[in-house]
Amino acid sequence: MKKLEILPEFRLDFPYNLPTLDYEYSVLEPHIDARTMEIHHTKHHQAYVDNLNKALGDDALISKPLLHLFDKADKLAPAVRNNGGGHYNHSLFWKILKINNGSKPEGDLMKHITQSFGGFEEFRDEFGKAAASRFGSGWAWLSIDEENNLFISSTPNQDNPLMNVAEKRGYPILGLDVWEHAYYLHYQNRRPDYIKAFWDIVNWSEVEKRYLSIIK
Amino acid sequence: MKIFVVIFALLLFFGTTAQTHVFKPLPYAYDALEPYIDAKTMEIHYTKHHRGYYDKFMAAIKGNHHLESLSLPEIMARMNEFPAAVRNNGGGFWNHEFFWESMTPGGSAIPEGALKNRINAQFGSMEKFIEEFKNAGLSIFGSGWVWLIQEKGALKIVTTPNQDNPLMNVPAGTVNPLLALDVWEHAYYLKHQNKRAAYIDDFFKVIDWIAVSKRFNEKL
Repeated sequence: MKKLEILPEFRLDFPYNLPTLDYEYSVLEPHIDARTMEIHHTKHHQAYVDNLNKALGDDALISKPLLHLFDKADKLAPAVRNNGGGHYNHSLFWKILKINNGSKPEGDLMKHITQSFGGFEEFRDEFGKAAASRFGSGWAWLSIDEENNLFISSTPNQDNPLMNVAEKRGYPILGLDVWEHAYYLHYQNRRPDYIKAFWDIVNWSEVEKRYLSIIK
Repeated sequence: MKIFVVIFALLLFFGTTAQTHVFKPLPYAYDALEPYIDAKTMEIHYTKHHRGYYDKFMAAIKGNHHLESLSLPEIMARMNEFPAAVRNNGGGFWNHEFFWESMTPGGSAIPEGALKNRINAQFGSMEKFIEEFKNAGLSIFGSGWVWLIQEKGALKIVTTPNQDNPLMNVPAGTVNPLLALDVWEHAYYLKHQNKRAAYIDDFFKVIDWIAVSKRFNEKL
């Protein structure tokens, strides 16, 4: 993949650390409760970081940026692929969350979404379907491919569209965690309600920033 | 002549009659496995998750005369022939019923007899078996199940992703499941959150070893 270095997460390297959040755990209430945020960040994400550091025994892997490892995800030890994916995916996820008071994307991103999906509502429906239909644990994504097309996809477990195992590869600009740990304390089995609430907490200015940096 | 007509009619009848798939009652109250498995988890797990798999499985086979004529074990043995909705929901339906019937309030000690002897012979001791089963449960990344099965004359601990199970895509009668543990996060998140190890320890307090021993088949 040609534009990895543009991504903010390209800077992630060994030894990996849990990023600090630039907001309080409670700010996404009532859409995501503070307890879920705290456990998600300090337990789940921390475990991915710790297990990634532990799994990276060999120097050749340690010396490479994490995003370059995703190019050979099929050849990685499962512990590196799973925990490396978990670290990247959550690092992105925290960044694109913010109470948005009903705002929508603007400018070029909005135009591109409308062109690609027929409208913002249609985009949300398609993304929601990808998130709802992922059976088991995984993620839904909005990404940009090498030809600058927007596309929606979902990946199992902690895989992501940067990995060579993904059905379609691209640069994610928006991701939604649909592991049960992301919503079970508040929503239990009601994943569709969690997906609906997600649209109130997408940080569109961060998504736009990422979009513009990749598309230019 | 008459007899052939009767046989033909019977074949027609049984050959095309839909199998009945019953959503069985939970064999104990929601709070019966407290304090190891909490009542709220049991209620949601049974009335929402298990029921959801059952309803979606029934919807997935509806109108398909071939699928409607097969039993669930017959479907599982040939699962690769069927759509993902049948696999995911048929597996979820079967796995949860088997799981409920693997537990009992307070648990039961493993009876003296063939299964206990086999576990001791193969794993060294019950403690070693428990350790190995727990490690298998911890090793599953994402959603899935851990199983104790009989296959080719031996006990085996195996894991399956999502709602798959060891009966899928193997000839009927070759695998005999004895014990199952659900390690989807929905099975433990309300009480244990990220601490899957603590959930597995609690599961061992409520295993119905009498039921598990009854499943063991010395002839396999």
